[in-house]
Amino acid sequence: MATVVTALPAGGSAPKPESWSLKHRESLLIALAIVVFALYPFIDSWLGIGRLGSLGPMFIYVILAMGLNVVVGYAGLLDLGYAAFFAIGAYTMGFLTSPTSVFVQRGYVPDWLQHFWPALALSWITAASFGILLGAPTLRLRGDYLAIVTLGFGEIVPNFFLNAEGITGGTAGINPIGMPTPFTIFGHSFSFTPSDQRNWYWLILAIACLSFFMIRRFYNSRLGRTWAAIREDEIAASSMGVNLVKTKLMAFAIGASFAGFAGSVYASYFQYVHPDNFQFSVSITILAMVILGGVGNIYGAIVGALLIGFFDRIFAEEFNKPMHWFGDKVGIDFLAHHDLKQDKFLVFGLAMVVMMLLRPEGLIPSTRRKAELHPETEDISEAGNQQFWDVEHDEQQLSFGNEGR
Amino acid sequence: MHFNYELFLNYLIQGLANGALIALIALGYTIVYGIVELINFAHGEVFMMGAFFAFSLVAASGITSESPFFQVLGIFTVALLGAMIFSGAINYSIDRFAYRRLRNAPRLAPLICAIGISFILQQLAIYWKGPIPISPPQLLPTKYRTYNILTEVFGLDTKVRLKPADVAVFAITIPLLILLSWFIRTTRTGKAMRATAQDRQASALMGIDVNRTISMAFIIGGLLAGAAGMIALYYNNIARAQMGFRYGLFAFTAAVLGGIGNLTGAVLGGFLIGLIWAMSDGMIKEYIPGWGAQWTTSVIFGMLVLIMIFRPTGILGEHTAEKV
Repeated sequence: MATVVTALPAGGSAPKPESWSLKHRESLLIALAIVVFALYPFIDSWLGIGRLGSLGPMFIYVILAMGLNVVVGYAGLLDLGYAAFFAIGAYTMGFLTSPTSVFVQRGYVPDWLQHFWPALALSWITAASFGILLGAPTLRLRGDYLAIVTLGFGEIVPNFFLNAEGITGGTAGINPIGMPTPFTIFGHSFSFTPSDQRNWYWLILAIACLSFFMIRRFYNSRLGRTWAAIREDEIAASSMGVNLVKTKLMAFAIGASFAGFAGSVYASYFQYVHPDNFQFSVSITILAMVILGGVGNIYGAIVGALLIGFFDRIFAEEFNKPMHWFGDKVGIDFLAHHDLKQDKFLVFGLAMVVMMLLRPEGLIPSTRRKAELHPETEDISEAGNQQFWDVEHDEQQLSFGNEGR
Repeated sequence: MHFNYELFLNYLIQGLANGALIALIALGYTIVYGIVELINFAHGEVFMMGAFFAFSLVAASGITSESPFFQVLGIFTVALLGAMIFSGAINYSIDRFAYRRLRNAPRLAPLICAIGISFILQQLAIYWKGPIPISPPQLLPTKYRTYNILTEVFGLDTKVRLKPADVAVFAITIPLLILLSWFIRTTRTGKAMRATAQDRQASALMGIDVNRTISMAFIIGGLLAGAAGMIALYYNNIARAQMGFRYGLFAFTAAVLGGIGNLTGAVLGGFLIGLIWAMSDGMIKEYIPGWGAQWTTSVIFGMLVLIMIFRPTGILGEHTAEKV
C-alpha cells in the first residue's frame, strides 16, 4: 500500500544523492546543538541569566521524553505509568548509595556498588527488568487496556514506596544520596556537590546525549523497523515473521531503562527521593511532552520536553512578576495575585487535547507517523470519493517506489 | 481468632453504600465503552464537577440544617437534579466537541484526548473551589448525623450502625438503577443504544442516528455521575478537586471487574469494589498487623492489573474477538 511505500525511503538501502546531504545536515545540526548546549554555562554567566539550575531538570525531562517516545512513539504502546520506572530508578540509586538506606546499613550492598557510577548502571538495569516484569504478562492486551494496566502499575509503585516505611523511609523519603566521585580531565577537576551547578549541567547533558545516540541507534536498527511494522499493522507484521511479544518487550524494557537513567540522576542531583515526585501527573507530563513535540520522532520528543520544561521551570516563574505588576496597574485582581505555576496542568491538558484534535502528529512530526495519522491522503483503498486522477497519481508513486528498491 | 461480626457488619454497610456510589460511576464508563469502545478518562472529573455544582447550589440557597424540613428536602432534590443535569451537560459537551472529531482516529487518540480533558477539568475545579478539601453546608440536623436506625427505631441492642445517610444512598441509587434498566430495555432510544453497541454500521444502515445515540450514552453516563457526585458530597461530607481521579479509577476497575460493556456487571463490580474498599480500610487490620487504609489503593489497582491480565472480559462479560 501507499503507506508502506512512503515509509520506506528513510530505511531504504538505495543511496540517493539528496539523502546524503540530508544526513550531513542532520549530523551538523546535532553537533551544533550539542556545542551550543555545552557552552551554555559560559553564556549564562556571561549574560548573567542565572538559569543553569533550571536547565539540569529540563534535560532530565528530555531523557524521560526520549525514553517514553520509544514506547509510545516507536512501538505504539500507550504507557500511562512511566513515572513508576522513573521512581524505580531513583529509589535504586537511593537504596544503593544513601548512608541512611536500610540496605547499606545492614551491609547488603558491597562497597564498590555504593558509588554513583555503578549505581547508575544498576538502576538502568533494574528499571529495564521491571519493564520486562510488567510487560511480559500484559503486552498481549490491546492498546487501551494496556494503557490502564500501566496506569495501575504506575499508581501501585509510588503507593508502595510511600507505605513500606521500613524499607523506603515512607513520607520522609531518602536523603542524602551518593554523588558522583570527582574526576580530572585535562587538568580540570570536576566535582559534583550541589553547589557545582556547571558540572552537574554537563553531566546531565552528557547522559542525555548518550541516551539520544543510543535511542537513535535503536530506531535505525532492525529492531526499530520491526517497531514501526507492529505499530502500523500488528497482524501483517506477525505474519511476516515478527515476534510480537519479543519486539514489544524490547520497547518496554528499553523505554523503562532510560527512565531508570533519568531517575537515578534525578535522585543524585536533588539529593532526595520522595514518593510524591512520581505521581500520575508526572507520567502525564512526560506523555504531554512526547505528544506536543511529535509522537515517534526523537527530535519532537526533545523539543516537546524542552518546551514543557521551559514553561514549568522558567516561564511560569519569570512571567509571574510582570503579570502581577500589570494586574496591579490595571486593577485586575486575578492577574495581580494569580500564580502561573498553578496553571501547569491546565496547559499540559490543553496541549494534549489541542494536539489530538488539530495536529495529532505533533509539532515536529515524523514522516512515518504523519502518513499513518492521515490515511485519507495516502491510502488508495479508502479513496472511494476521490477523483480518478488522485488514484492514478498514487499508483505512480507506488511504481516509483518499487523502482527505487 | 474471634470473628468480630459487628465490626464486619459495620464495614459491610459502609462498603455497600460506597459500592452503590461506585456502581453509578461505573455505569457511565461501561455504557460509553459499550458503544464507542472509548475509556472516557474524564468521567471521574465529570463526577467531581457534579459534586462541586451541588455544593454551589446548596451554598447559594442559604438553607441549613436549621431550616424547615420541606425546604431541606427541596434543596436536596434540586441539588441532586442540578448536579445530574450539570454533569450530563459536561459529558455531552466533551463528546460533542472533542471525541466526536476523533471517531475515526487511531484508538489511542481519543484516550489521550480524554486524559487531557480530565486534567483541564481538574484544574478548572481548583480555580472554582480551591485546591484544599471543602465541607458542604450541613443539611441534616446534628442529631440525625449519628442517629442509629437499628437501636432508635428497631430497639436492637447492637453496635452495628445504620445511619440515615446510608439509607439515603440506597434510596437514591436503587430507583436510578431501576429507571436506567427500564430505559435501556424498553424505550426506543435504549434499543437504539443496544443496537449501536452491537454493530454501529448496521444500526446506521437501519436508520438509527448513531451520533445522537452516542450523545445519549454520554448524557446518561453524566446524569448518573452527577447523582453519584451529590451522594459522595453528602455521604463523605467532603469534596476536593482530586476526588475524581481515585473514584473514577476505582469505578473503572469495577466496570472491568464486572465485564466492561455489561450494565449488570458494572453494578455488581461496583458493589464488590465498594466492599473490598471498606474491608481493606478497616477490617483487614484486625488480622494483619500494619495494614491500613493507605494500602487500599495498591489493593484495588493490583486487582485491576490482575483482572486485565487473567480475565479481561470480567465476571459477566462475554469474550469478544478483537476487531481487525
